[in-house]
Amino acid sequence: MSVRQSLLAILDQGPCYGYQLRAEFDRRTGSTWPLNVGQIYNTLERLERDGLVEKGDVNEQGHVYYEITDAGRVEVRDWLDSPVQRSTGTRDELAIKLAVAATLPGVDVAAVIHSQRRASLAQLQELNRAKYAGADPDGPEELAWSLVVDSMIFASEAEVRWLDHTEQRLSLHPRRALELELSTERPKRGRPAKAQA
Amino acid sequence: MSADAVLRMVGVSQQYGTGELAVSALSSIDLEVLPGELVAVMGASGSGKSTLLSIAGGLQTPTSGEVVIDGEHLSTAKPDQLSALRRRAVGFVFQDYNLIPTLTAMENVTLPMELDGVGRRTVRRAGRDALGLVGLADRGDAYPDDLSGGQQQRVAIARAIIGGRRLILADEPTGALDSVTGEQVMKTIRGRVDAGAAGILVTHDPRHAAWADRIVYLRDGRIIDESRRDSADAVLVAR
Repeated sequence: MSVRQSLLAILDQGPCYGYQLRAEFDRRTGSTWPLNVGQIYNTLERLERDGLVEKGDVNEQGHVYYEITDAGRVEVRDWLDSPVQRSTGTRDELAIKLAVAATLPGVDVAAVIHSQRRASLAQLQELNRAKYAGADPDGPEELAWSLVVDSMIFASEAEVRWLDHTEQRLSLHPRRALELELSTERPKRGRPAKAQA
Repeated sequence: MSADAVLRMVGVSQQYGTGELAVSALSSIDLEVLPGELVAVMGASGSGKSTLLSIAGGLQTPTSGEVVIDGEHLSTAKPDQLSALRRRAVGFVFQDYNLIPTLTAMENVTLPMELDGVGRRTVRRAGRDALGLVGLADRGDAYPDDLSGGQQQRVAIARAIIGGRRLILADEPTGALDSVTGEQVMKTIRGRVDAGAAGILVTHDPRHAAWADRIVYLRDGRIIDESRRDSADAVLVAR
């Protein structure tokens, strides 16, 4: 989980107390994923339980500073050195929706694509405006924030490109859709039999 | 319909060939672009995007329909009036910059005004202004080969806006650039539009289209506005 590792990586810069850690996380991610203080303390407790941080000094306001341990430093190194694994099995709701829509007789898939594309383009425009309106992009905090916005922009763009591609593929399809009517074969219990090649 | 539209296209159709072999590239296109407005045109290859841009800029005469730039009807303009209007009002930006390699950045930018016989001092001042607006005030003496792709494209934008030209027609202006440089070029175009120009941006790239106020798709020679939720799948109606 990246929140856990992100907090640990920040603690690698020096001891912090809970509120301070939240502020440091926000500065680095442009408050894109706001964390509440409860989450921060829960995470710190788990990190302490796992031997990755330990409680240190208490300041005059009673804030407890958490310090990273050697095991914590190793974990940070491992996290930074290893690629993020995206789970491939996740069902993308939109892909499933279009796949099902494309096989239903009488459903206008093009209309489904248009309404999605309007929404995706509107989101892309909003992200762009937010970034364009941003302050001096050369400051470290502004840069961190714009990196997160960029990642959302590229994800939105990928969706629009995929929708364009899908629209074009379907328009080239001789019947414009696959139109699978309900099969007359009744499936047996258990796993469906593999299709014949 | 808006009286102050910089560009107005009404019922514009373009056919290639005749009779049974006729191919319709554009069918009854209505499109208006106001000052301060950037419209992105997307669509598959061969959907008519570049044809639309050529007609919008008066480079090509449509089979039927009316194009009005800055209040002047192109269909009634004589060829020399049309050229003069193009030089005065329309700036093109292409994917491959189209700068003349033997001229400096300043000379490239000022060429359209020189062709119009504008006085030398006015031309120089307009050139300096235009280069300044695209952030290249100090590169006027550089030749295209000495400039990066992004800088060359910004020179091309300066050429497109010199002398207060208000209609920027950009055909894949970021196509030859890396993504960060492309973004800078889009920022420059957006900045000029925010300052009062009107623009059409033809692009394949949704990320760059998102810089526009409106995004329309060309399909089967028709325009479909994808940026207004209320217009559903309706063919674009000028506001």
